[in-house]
Amino acid sequence: MAEQPMLAVAGVTTFYGAIQALHGVDLEVARGEIVALIGANGAGKSTLLMTICGSPRASGGAVRLDGEDITALPTHEIVRRGVAQVPEGRRIFPRMSVFENLQMGATLGVPAHFAHDLERVFTMFPRLAERRDQRGGTLSGGEQQMLAIGRALMSRPRLLLLDEPSLGLAPLIVRQIFEVIGRIAREEGVTIFLVEQNAYHALRLADRGYVLANGRVRLSGAGRELLANAEVRAAYLEGGHA
Amino acid sequence: MAYFSQQLINAITLGAIYGLIAIGYTMVYGIIGMINFAHGEVFMIGAFISLIGFLICSMLGIGSAPVAIVLVLLMAMAFSAVYGWAIERTAYRPLRGSFRLAPLISAIGVSIALQNYVQLTQGARPKPGGQIVSGGFNLFSADGFDVRVTWLQIIIVVVTILLMAGFTWLIARTSLGRQQRACEQDMKMASLLGVNVDRTISLTFVLGAALAAVAGMLFLMYYGVIDFFIGFLAGIKAFTAAVLGGIGSLPGAMLGGLLIGLIEVFWAGYFSSEYKDVAVFAILVLVLIFRPSGLLGRPEIEKV
Ligand SMILES: Nc1ncnc2c1ncn2[C@@H]1O[C@H](COP(=O)(O)OP(=O)(O)O)[C@@H](O)[C@H]1O
Ligand SMILES: [Mg+2]
Repeated sequence: MAEQPMLAVAGVTTFYGAIQALHGVDLEVARGEIVALIGANGAGKSTLLMTICGSPRASGGAVRLDGEDITALPTHEIVRRGVAQVPEGRRIFPRMSVFENLQMGATLGVPAHFAHDLERVFTMFPRLAERRDQRGGTLSGGEQQMLAIGRALMSRPRLLLLDEPSLGLAPLIVRQIFEVIGRIAREEGVTIFLVEQNAYHALRLADRGYVLANGRVRLSGAGRELLANAEVRAAYLEGGHA
Repeated sequence: MAYFSQQLINAITLGAIYGLIAIGYTMVYGIIGMINFAHGEVFMIGAFISLIGFLICSMLGIGSAPVAIVLVLLMAMAFSAVYGWAIERTAYRPLRGSFRLAPLISAIGVSIALQNYVQLTQGARPKPGGQIVSGGFNLFSADGFDVRVTWLQIIIVVVTILLMAGFTWLIARTSLGRQQRACEQDMKMASLLGVNVDRTISLTFVLGAALAAVAGMLFLMYYGVIDFFIGFLAGIKAFTAAVLGGIGSLPGAMLGGLLIGLIEVFWAGYFSSEYKDVAVFAILVLVLIFRPSGLLGRPEIEKV
C-alpha cells in the first residue's frame, strides 16, 4: 500500500447487546475516491457507517482516519476530524426550520464561512432556499434528503458518509441526488463512502465497491467490475434499474 | 372586585415562582425524558443559599436592598448550578442507558439525601429570613377594601419576566440553545454534527438549577421563612405546572406556573385554604387523564 488510505476499517466487529451485526469487516477508502458499499437489507451497512462514527462502538478491530486510530473517540470528536454523515432516514431535526438545520450542520464549521457555504448549498438545491423557513418535519422525502446532504456539507467535511440517499425517492429525484453526489466528489474533492441498496446507481458512480452480506465483506472490486459480476447481478440488481 | 384583584395579584406572584421552577422540570424532561424529582430540592437549596447570602450581605454592611438582591441572586444561581451539575453527573449520567425507572429511583434518593443534608447542617426548625424589601402602595380601593401591591411582588414579577425572556432568547436564538433543542429532537444526530451531548445535558441541568435558585430566593423573600422541606411541595406543584403546560414545552412551563398560582390562590381565597393543595393535585390527575400532552405540549405524532 503506497499511500495511506483516508479511511481504514480493519477487522471491525460490532454488537447490539448479544446480537453481532459486524463480523470483522475490512475495507479502505482512499483520498478523493467514491466508494460504494452495497448489500441486502440487514447486512450491516448502516451499522458500519455508525460504527465509523463511534455509535455503536466497535468491540473489536480498528477504525483509522488518516492513520489515526479513532475507534475509541466520542462521536463529536470523530466528526470534528472532518467526517460528516447523511444518516439512514435522514434524521432532519423536525421542529427546526431548514435554515436552522443548516446552522446545525455548521456546528463544527468556521463562522466566517457560514454565509458562503449556505449560498453554495442553496445553489446546489434551490428548493431549500425556497423553503428556508419551513419546519424540517414538514418537508417531502426528497427535500429532506437534500437538506440532509446540505447539512452535512455545511461543516466542509473531507469524508462524507451517505446511507441510502435514494431510499424511498422518485426516480427523477434519485438521479438528481446521485448527480449532486458526483459533483461534490469531483468539484469539491470530498471523499465519499456511499451505502446503497440500490446497487445500480451506486456502482455506476463509484470508483470501487464492496458487497456486504451478513456482517462480512463478501466481494470487492472496481464499480464496473461489480456491476458485471454475476452474483451481484443476481442478488442486488433484480427488480430493474431505478 | 377588589378582593378578586387582590387575589389576582397574589396569584401572579406565586405563579411566577412556580413557573421558574417548572422550567427546570420541563427542560430536563425535554432532553433526557426523565422527571428530575430532585429539582424541588435544588429550589430549597437555592433558598438556603440565599438566606446565607443575605446574612453575609448584612454582615458586610451592604445596606442597599437592590445591591444585596443582585449579589444574592448571582450567588444563589452560581452555587445551585453546581448542585444541578453535580446531581446529573453523579446520580443520572452513570444510569443513562439503564432501565427506565433507574434514574427515577436515583432522583428520589438524591431528593431524600439533599433534604437530610440540609436538615443536618441547617437544623430542622423553620428559619426566618428577615425582611429585605418592605412597603408597597394601594392600587385602588373598592367596597371598603384596599387593593395592595407590595414592592416585593413587583420585584418578583419583574425578575421572573426578565429571566424568562432571557432564557427564551437563549433557547430560541443562540447556538447553545439550538444545540440544546437539537439534542432534544435527535441526540444521536446532534452528536454526528459535532455537538457534545454530555456537555449539553449538563448545561440543561445547570440552567434549570439556576432558575430554581432564583425561585428559592424569591420564595424566601416572599414568605420570609424556609425549612428543609419546602422543596417537596413547591417541587410537586411546579411539576404539576410543567405537566399542565405540556411537559417538554418551555412556554408551557411558564403558562402552567401561572395557572397553578391562580388555582391555588383562588381556591384558597374562595373555597378553603386547607384544600388548596388538593385542588392543585386534582388538576394534575385531571390533566394526566384527559390531556396528558398538556396545554401547549405536542401530541407525539410527528413526520420525521
Ligand atoms: N439498534 C439495534 N439494536 C439491535 N439490533 C440492531 C439495531 N440496529 C440494527 N440491528 C441489527 O443489526 C443488523 C444490521 O442492521 P443494519 O446495519 O441496519 O443493516 P442494513 O443497514 O444493511 O440494512 C440487522 O440484523 C439488524 O436487525
Ligand atoms: Mg441501513
